[in-house]
Amino acid sequence: MTGMQHGLQSCDTCGLLSRPAPGEDEGRCPRCDEELVFRKPASLERTLAYLIAAAVCYVPANVLPVMTTITASGRESDTIMQGVVLLWSPTGWPLSLIVLFASIMIPSAKIVALLYLLLTVRRGSIENNRQRIRLYRIVEIIGRWSMVDVFVDTFTVALIQLQPLMSVEPAPGLFFFAAVVVLTMLAVESFDPRLIWDSASSKAVQPEVQYA
Amino acid sequence: MARDPGSAEPSASRPETDVPDSTGCNQPLADSSLVACPHCDLLQRVPDIAPGASARCPRCDKELWRRREDSLNRTLALSLAALFLFVLANTVPMLGLTAVGHAASTTVVGGARQLWQDGQEIVAVLVLFAAVVSPGLQIGLMLTVVVAARREQPSAWVGALLRHLPFARNWSMIEVMLIGVLVALTKIADYARVIPGVALFALFALVFLLAAMQSSFDPREVWNRVKWADARAGPPAPGQPATEVAA
Repeated sequence: MTGMQHGLQSCDTCGLLSRPAPGEDEGRCPRCDEELVFRKPASLERTLAYLIAAAVCYVPANVLPVMTTITASGRESDTIMQGVVLLWSPTGWPLSLIVLFASIMIPSAKIVALLYLLLTVRRGSIENNRQRIRLYRIVEIIGRWSMVDVFVDTFTVALIQLQPLMSVEPAPGLFFFAAVVVLTMLAVESFDPRLIWDSASSKAVQPEVQYA
Repeated sequence: MARDPGSAEPSASRPETDVPDSTGCNQPLADSSLVACPHCDLLQRVPDIAPGASARCPRCDKELWRRREDSLNRTLALSLAALFLFVLANTVPMLGLTAVGHAASTTVVGGARQLWQDGQEIVAVLVLFAAVVSPGLQIGLMLTVVVAARREQPSAWVGALLRHLPFARNWSMIEVMLIGVLVALTKIADYARVIPGVALFALFALVFLLAAMQSSFDPREVWNRVKWADARAGPPAPGQPATEVAA
């Protein structure tokens, strides 16, 4: 049985289980004062909204340059992918791979993974629950790493200020890239993982796994 | 939205809480070992486990509780060390550079400032938030909580602070920044000589200290003893003397 089926709300913050006032869907945790709900309000809609916004920003983040290098001979702008290629060298390839994973693969994989979770939850799927919750946890843990490129650009810009010889400026793509990172992190946060299990909980009167 | 049948329905099994609640606070259960898994909402009892052991949800494998040995003392020591390194890392230069007679150096805050000056104000704020504000908040909150939680019954504000620790932790990205700095170093090494500053080493140590600080901390121990926000509801459940937990 789940907490919700018993009319009990669990506090995300301190873990206390408590019962809302009769007829109420919302309350506050008596121990830590956190606002309590059975499930995060409009979780699927909010997650989807963040994902759409992230997907929209993903395009300019990858098409627009993130850095502009100004030298005596002119200006040259690099996108994230060009940065990855530039970094590829006999000694620099591990870092190049890290940036490739963190900046290009993780954000897109995150969007796809969350869309998959949204879709299966909406369809009321009861299959692969353990794999789906594992996917959610991986997305949750790995997501922050896409910030790497924001820091790379920040410190490249901050250090290479050797006017008039050479200087580096941030370019518009950086903003969109940072937006993708923040929006996908917010999407993860607004998704309620308990929704993955709700269909299974309501279909099976008795949980298929025994209590420990 | 998944509408679970019988979910938010006011169930018939709530006879004891019919008192109108002006504070909007929920009614706690008598049995404090009963929890619902945060990832799948399965109701279960958290067993009393030995220090170092952990309890997991049988359905979704979420770790519900890992009991830490001597949590408060160890966390206090680690967070004091982290505070020292954090201050050091943000006061001395992190990276220096020399190229054809020019010399430049930057701190973490300096990186954000340069972005701001170049017209990327929002990204600058994000960098400052993830690299300085959140880690600082994480260390500050942790330090305050573990110091204040040494009392037999910590005040309710300790809980109010502890509440915000997960947020600060989620957005504190020193380890990510460090990899970013490493990549930037490799890039710049093609054009100029790069000199790693003291702050870089401090940050490197701070990554490990923060991880150790977080994993030595047992929030459940503090939550079990803290004074509740809702003053009418009792703190530690009967049969769980606060002194025993503190020992």
